[in-house]
Amino acid sequence: MKKRLDVLKTYKIYIGGKFPRTESGRYYLLEGKDKKPIANICRGSRKDFRNSVVAARKAFPEWSGRTAYNRGQILYRIAEMLEGRREQFVSELKVQGDSTTKAEKEVNISIDRLIYYAGWTDKYIQIFSSVNPVASPHFNFSVPEPTGVVAVIAPEESGLLGLISVIAPVIAGGNSCVVLASHSKPLCAVSFSEVLHSSDLPGGVVNMLTGIRSELLDNFSTHMDVNAVIYCGDDKKESKRIMENSSLNVKRPHIINTRDWTKEKAQDPYQILDTQEIKTTWHPIGI
Amino acid sequence: MATTEKILDFNSVWEYSPAPESTDHIKLDDKYDLFINGEFVAPKNGKYFRTENPATGKKIAKVAEASKADVDNAVRAARTAYNKYWSKMPAKERSKYIFRIARIMQERSRELSVIESLDGGKPIRESRDIDIPLSAAHFFYYAGWADKLEYAFPGRKTKPLGVAGQIIPWNFPLLMAAWKIAPALATGNTVVLKPAETTPLTAMKLAEIIQEADLPPGVVNIITGAGETGRAIVNHPGLDKIAFTGSTVVGKYIQKTLAGTGKKYSLELGGKAANIIFEEADIDQAVEGIINAIFFNQGHVCCAGSRLLIQEGIADEVVHKLKNRMETLIIGDPLDKNTDIGAINSKAQLKRINELVSAGIDEGGTVYQPNCTLPNSGYWFKPTLFTEVSQSHRIVQEEIFGPVLAIQTFRTVDEAIEKANNTPYGLSGGVWTDKGSKIFKVTKQINAGIIWANTFNKFDPTSPFGGYKESGMGREGGLHGLLPYVELI
Repeated sequence: MKKRLDVLKTYKIYIGGKFPRTESGRYYLLEGKDKKPIANICRGSRKDFRNSVVAARKAFPEWSGRTAYNRGQILYRIAEMLEGRREQFVSELKVQGDSTTKAEKEVNISIDRLIYYAGWTDKYIQIFSSVNPVASPHFNFSVPEPTGVVAVIAPEESGLLGLISVIAPVIAGGNSCVVLASHSKPLCAVSFSEVLHSSDLPGGVVNMLTGIRSELLDNFSTHMDVNAVIYCGDDKKESKRIMENSSLNVKRPHIINTRDWTKEKAQDPYQILDTQEIKTTWHPIGI
Repeated sequence: MATTEKILDFNSVWEYSPAPESTDHIKLDDKYDLFINGEFVAPKNGKYFRTENPATGKKIAKVAEASKADVDNAVRAARTAYNKYWSKMPAKERSKYIFRIARIMQERSRELSVIESLDGGKPIRESRDIDIPLSAAHFFYYAGWADKLEYAFPGRKTKPLGVAGQIIPWNFPLLMAAWKIAPALATGNTVVLKPAETTPLTAMKLAEIIQEADLPPGVVNIITGAGETGRAIVNHPGLDKIAFTGSTVVGKYIQKTLAGTGKKYSLELGGKAANIIFEEADIDQAVEGIINAIFFNQGHVCCAGSRLLIQEGIADEVVHKLKNRMETLIIGDPLDKNTDIGAINSKAQLKRINELVSAGIDEGGTVYQPNCTLPNSGYWFKPTLFTEVSQSHRIVQEEIFGPVLAIQTFRTVDEAIEKANNTPYGLSGGVWTDKGSKIFKVTKQINAGIIWANTFNKFDPTSPFGGYKESGMGREGGLHGLLPYVELI
């Protein structure tokens, strides 16, 4: 028998910069390979989702109004904080069944991915903007702007790297989001919320829920104050449902099929563009 | 005080002699068939519908109604053309074909302008100076992209999607055809295009031009019909992409229908743009802009400035000047070169405008219309403005698509922005102020795809157009207008 009893962690959800339990009071049991209980995970509800959207909408003007430089610094800070807590993430990945080598690799690439997108915040606008040579005396330019609130159903198979790969381009581009973490690998998502919380990211920019995908799918895609929805997975029925629901308020749906998130191809600025709108401004030239 | 001044009575003093554009140089047939695989073919079921001149209500021609079988043939022709010619052709040759279309359009611009005004009711001044030149310019712009696509998307190559089904509205018939066809062809796709049922004629003229340009058969197919034909296109399994411009209701139907089919889509839908005028604006210039924003093309414009937000201190003056300016607007024969406001496009649209204006009055709005006479036949609606309306009124929330302006006031910049954004739409917006820094603050905070500062309703092929929120997704025009027609690899 151990001398000291371990202090177990309560895994909670993250809404508006706070860590509440699900308002529904429900949970699901996360078990290890040996069927030993790992943790009781919040089984997020429709109400949690709605609260998250309210928080995300509230956070949006401030976050999208930050300078690109500042957003880059905060994304870099998230990477720094993750680096500082790498042991915790490696051990959580191992508890969820990964080998040490695999877990370490996943954490490394996750940190690097954040830095990759931190570097894009003040560049993608230059890449995707244009000054348009209109045939009239006007100064005319087009720039990308964040879509708004993005609902993200994160990859099931990749609890940390997949999650970060999907939400980094969303927040790098100035959006706020509500995320449903992997059901079978939720530990890192909750711990990553704690990283976000200590990284100067304003509360509400990322809201992290855990729960059951099939139960929350409709809520994520029907909410009228959500501007875009990202669905990660290969279930044709689910992705069709997401796309159908999106038509309610012309949400921008993005379906991301399962991919190898460790590859460099899994990152590029076009993923930032997925949750951007192009705004064109006309200005007369004259005296 | 400006408000106590009388509304000027221009009509009794100013009289314009008629200056109608001649129609003797245009060639119109009695009957138009479907343009499929480079030929004009009769519809399979032999059905035709009439297209009329909305200024007189008289029939101009009968036009084929494409059935499912015709849609099928058009899609098949487009697929064959894609496999056989268009995807195999060197990009620079593709480019030259599109240039050719632009050139022939320019040569035939007079004819196209007159037909556009005859069939759609818009003033000849607009079709002559805006619709037709912009249509040709659009082809000219995208022609040059065809062999330069490798420069468009850093780090990526492009691949055409295949065959695109394209459905366009009746407000800018030829221009919308150009917006759809030009980028699709430049990026290497072939198309099946359906013009609106009330304005099919310039699209059929475009079919003649495409034939004259000797495009390989089937690269562009133009089929006429109404909602059923559109539905057949949207649901056709042989298409890779649907591009739609029209109402948000239909756009949502298309988005829902295409879920799970793997077809790509781009949507350019409705709008309820706010034109914001601040106290320090040049008021006379702004009044001209507001008039143009709402009465351009009878208000049949998705990006029309149909809401006006005036800063409280200048509200009386602006409204007074607007009323005066409205008195000088010339409403009548679309073919008259002096005409400012032409005919309402169709009986159905006139009904919708009447309905919403009645709702505006019922809900307590104060209506104003200038003292003008309308022609006896055809479909007409006086330029109209509403004051004493609030955010929840139907005429403030719903797209009217007619010459009807809803006026509200505001005190602070924040209030103006909040009111401007209080709509499910997000297509366009306008800001009037002489303060440069304010322009950038306000234009940044309006959630819309196109913002005009101290101007309104300007269009250009190099300038991306498209909406936020329920106004659609994807852009048409400019570099960004290539993206909806390519796959990035």
